[in-house]
Amino acid sequence: MSDAAAIRGASSAFRRLLRRKLALLGLALVVIIVGAAILAPLIAPFDPFEQHFDGLTLVGEPLPPGAPYLLGTDLLGRDLLSRLLYGARTSLIIGVMANGIALIIGTMIGLTAGYFQGWLGAILMRFTDLMMAFPALLLAICLAAIFQPSIWIVAFVIALVNWVQTARVIYTETSALAARDFIAAERTLGASTPRILFRHILPHLMPLIIVWGTLGISTTVLLEATLSYLGVGVQPPTPSWGNIIFENQTYFQSAPWLVFIPGFAILVLALAFNLVGDALRDVLDPTLRGSD
Amino acid sequence: MAALIFRRLIQSALILLGVSFITFFLLYVLPADPVRQIAGRSATPQTVANIREQLGLDQPFVVQYTRYLAGLFHGDMGRSYLQKTDVTTLIMARLPASLLLMAAGIAAELLIGLSMGVIAAIWRGRAVDNSLMMTSFVTVSAPQFVVALLLLYVFAVKLGWFPIGGYGTPAHLVLPALTLGILGSGWYARIMRSSMIEVLRADFIRTARAKGLARSRVILRHALPNAILPVIAMIGIDIGIFMGGIVVVEGVFGWPGIGQLAWQAIQRIDIPIIMGVTLVSACAIVLGNLLADLVVPLIDPRIRIR
Repeated sequence: MSDAAAIRGASSAFRRLLRRKLALLGLALVVIIVGAAILAPLIAPFDPFEQHFDGLTLVGEPLPPGAPYLLGTDLLGRDLLSRLLYGARTSLIIGVMANGIALIIGTMIGLTAGYFQGWLGAILMRFTDLMMAFPALLLAICLAAIFQPSIWIVAFVIALVNWVQTARVIYTETSALAARDFIAAERTLGASTPRILFRHILPHLMPLIIVWGTLGISTTVLLEATLSYLGVGVQPPTPSWGNIIFENQTYFQSAPWLVFIPGFAILVLALAFNLVGDALRDVLDPTLRGSD
Repeated sequence: MAALIFRRLIQSALILLGVSFITFFLLYVLPADPVRQIAGRSATPQTVANIREQLGLDQPFVVQYTRYLAGLFHGDMGRSYLQKTDVTTLIMARLPASLLLMAAGIAAELLIGLSMGVIAAIWRGRAVDNSLMMTSFVTVSAPQFVVALLLLYVFAVKLGWFPIGGYGTPAHLVLPALTLGILGSGWYARIMRSSMIEVLRADFIRTARAKGLARSRVILRHALPNAILPVIAMIGIDIGIFMGGIVVVEGVFGWPGIGQLAWQAIQRIDIPIIMGVTLVSACAIVLGNLLADLVVPLIDPRIRIR
């Protein structure tokens, strides 16, 4: 694939993407959430860490949504909207980072195993099988609970349990590509292995990587929320959507908005990336084209 | 066939061995000291050393691991550090509850997911299809604990139809099983839909229609049994995701299964229990994959076993 063809392919894929209503909805949601996260210091009505004197009722309960705290306050009298906006940063940073690491590990393992096959491929893929047999969430909870988690550790733990799927997909595709004639031709012409891998195979894998990268953000965002909800993820007072629910769940019955507003935010973020990822798969995966 | 089953069993055993090794290794190298948890904060260094020696934690890694493995072969998973009971006993006491929840959860996700998929495939491209597929996106994007808390809030707290949590009667089972069912349904709905669409395009379906068979008969008798096969293979693979969901769902609903056991053990660094539950979950996952690989070719001769 030449560079010009690749660019033309990408721009036509992008145009096809824009024609899908659900993909547009997903993209719009992603833009809104990312925008809100970046602009948090400008648009947040209050300091997310400030415990407002008038932020609790006389008996010390959180305030329901209204003025001046639009989405109400949390158990410490902090403004929920401001915490949500800053929490979006945490969720997105972890989601993107963990997913990036997982994608790199998965691609490297899948590519190596798929191209070289033999004993190296066998070892790598058996290791991948082994990781598939791990109860991922249990492993993540365990790791996160033992390390006193910072944002970076949470991201790393999530990446460690999330690369497996990518490795398998990349492996299958690379195995198929490596057996194709144009790769055999390159090899006969004397192209070096790195050249074949990175100039000829990797570009063909890009659509797959983009699709799995986008879908993977949903998974990592959900995993981060779950870990933080269990109290082993991002630690308060740093707000993350999961730990807002964790902190406030004692008020679950009397102040349900403290659980369901952040819960809805997590859902929307995961949904947005799923919508975009799924549409990308339809647009980029030639075997699926035209099958709706 | 016998040779093949044998080979797959050996492979599965090796995978479990690998899982046990990695888990044991991680728990060994991680900066968590179970002895401190047992001894308490005010313990003297002498007490700490004694406990460490008693539990054999002063031994090198290889010795500890081979001891653990030797125990495993005799069905002995060690003793819980804090509960002073055999891990096997603890897990066996909790396992029925988890298996019940799993069975109910899988039944729920299949029931919801397959119906969604079939309906979407039949009315492909229509409003029903679009809204069902949108729903499936929402269910796969929903965090487990949020769905669990939402069902709890609406049906237990507000409407009072079901108990808020606990275990014992069929009513206790409904909300946790429904949570797992809703979360898994979107995944099955999508697989079922595409599988069904593919089958409906096949020549034998056209032939059946051409013979003048009723549409409903073609769908239910000809298409459905064929379309359902790839979905069955997914159940085995799905068990891994399921085992994770169970930790969260059991926690929210106070369901006394192995998920809760694991969660409590993790908080107290009770390593033998963490090891035990991880291995039991890994067994379930491996078994699921094995069944997917071995059973599906039996039902469907078109799929050859490699």
